[in-house]
Amino acid sequence: MSSLNKLGLSEARDKLRNKDVTSVELTEACLNAIDGAGALNAFVHNTPELALEQAKAADKSIQAGDAPDMCGLPIGIKDLFCTKGVPSQAGSKILKGFLPEYESTVTQQLRDAGAVMLGKLNMDEFAMGSSNETSVYGDAVSPWRRRNDDAALTPGGSSGGSASAVAADLCLAATGTDTGGSIRQPAAFVGITGVKPTYGRCSRWGIVAFASSLDQAGPMTKNVRDAAMMLTSMCGHDRKDSTSADIPVPNFEGMLTGDIRGKKIGIPREYRMKGMPVEIDNLWAEGRNMLKAAGANIFDISLPHTKYALPAYYVIAPAEASSNLARYDGVRYGHRASLAQGDGITEMYEKTRAEGFGHEVQRRVMIGTYVLSAGFYDAYYNRARKVRALIKKDFEDVFAKGIDAILTPATPSAAFGLGEMSDADPVKMYLNDVFTVTVNLAGLPGISVPTGLDAQGLPLALQLIGRPWEEGDLLNTAYALEQCAGFVAKPKKWW
Amino acid sequence: MSIDINTAARVAKLARIKVEENALPELANEFNTIFGFIEQLNEVDVDGVDPMTSVTPMRLTRREDVVTDGDQQNKILSNAPDAREGFFAVPKVVE
Repeated sequence: MSSLNKLGLSEARDKLRNKDVTSVELTEACLNAIDGAGALNAFVHNTPELALEQAKAADKSIQAGDAPDMCGLPIGIKDLFCTKGVPSQAGSKILKGFLPEYESTVTQQLRDAGAVMLGKLNMDEFAMGSSNETSVYGDAVSPWRRRNDDAALTPGGSSGGSASAVAADLCLAATGTDTGGSIRQPAAFVGITGVKPTYGRCSRWGIVAFASSLDQAGPMTKNVRDAAMMLTSMCGHDRKDSTSADIPVPNFEGMLTGDIRGKKIGIPREYRMKGMPVEIDNLWAEGRNMLKAAGANIFDISLPHTKYALPAYYVIAPAEASSNLARYDGVRYGHRASLAQGDGITEMYEKTRAEGFGHEVQRRVMIGTYVLSAGFYDAYYNRARKVRALIKKDFEDVFAKGIDAILTPATPSAAFGLGEMSDADPVKMYLNDVFTVTVNLAGLPGISVPTGLDAQGLPLALQLIGRPWEEGDLLNTAYALEQCAGFVAKPKKWW
Repeated sequence: MSIDINTAARVAKLARIKVEENALPELANEFNTIFGFIEQLNEVDVDGVDPMTSVTPMRLTRREDVVTDGDQQNKILSNAPDAREGFFAVPKVVE
């Protein structure tokens, strides 16, 4: 039974319930796979003892016939989630040595549902990045390679470790977080499924904050069914997060019928970007045909303010980050710089933050500081928030016309090589999120589904965007797309 | 508009991040690239549009103003780089 780590969540759940396998067996298979995958640098804090202890407890629950869906299933947790007594650094030097005294609500819910935590996963520092190259742990590496080419590729970011680990079968699934595309872009780059739910669905309590009005947690899984199952466990109202929605969470998996006859799918013309690779355009056209063949009706729609989403995001997200990251001051937790004779508290702050934050984080904190500073608040921050209102209205207008879901490409290209963008200006890296960032600004649910390979054999994905709170319907459309696309490619093992 | 070295230094100071003098020109340069991109927002007609304050139309919930937690001094101090006698310790603040 050496390939148990290759199972998906729902498949493994069914085997556990049939007593074909035990959680300890599943967990040991994953721990072995992790041990052999150092080259991917996906897991950065391993918790094998905790995992085996949880697996044994899960096996008892299953024996007793009292097993929630996630019971006994080994998963990885993005380093952004605070996990009690386990290092939680958000990929940053400034949180080195930080051991939370508490557990984030989402990971607590997964624990309560019986999930087994294998360890913490690599990510861009404070979730700021699209290639996992800003991490204090070093780059996470994709298990995928271009045909006849050994160059190391990015698994995307910021949830790059999660993407790499799931695609390489080091775990059955992983948590991610998504502020501008950080679940959907990495999922697309490695050929797995990633969901960003509606803002307010998953509690943000205990997740290290980047941009509070945009951040959402979500599942990264091997297929749509698994995503539906895991999302059900992650969602729910939490009094500890004042933006958490107090509305019931349906069993999303139970809503997967695959029947999308009569559904109205919008194709936004503004997402046809100048210079878009022809492969992406073809992939998009194929997706449209697949949904049509499944009985959906396709409509051309307009989201006129799409072009302004990225610039608005690069005002709002840094502004919120500069405020959230003010807490890293060397006083209460994490790194404190050693001080010179005569240094006062201001020098302590300045040296601590210069040493503790990496380059990209420093840059964004300073951009945010600038756009919020006296004299520029109206010109930048308020203007961006007005544009954000218009972007949201674009979506409301098409949903009011009866559109059920919107189909777009997930990323403007396949995965690029690690280091390939190092000489590019920061804006070029930001363009990775061009198709995903609108969804965060409007607070909508979005899902990335792998549907094809490019000429070099790398995964490509489409994104579906749904109405607020209608993740069930969105997942069902994604399920239909997944069935039509029949994407089964896996990376060839080289690590 | 263009961000000069003095502005970059002022922003670094406001953000409480020490930036060495010789790194300021490059920093100002990066700011200018990013703000050049952000300038596009000026093309949008935002007359009469209210800035978004909440992405989902919801009222933040309130709870009764009572103590719900406490007595966790050790837990709160457990991650501090320097904690003494039940307090966070910092360099001298007031002369």
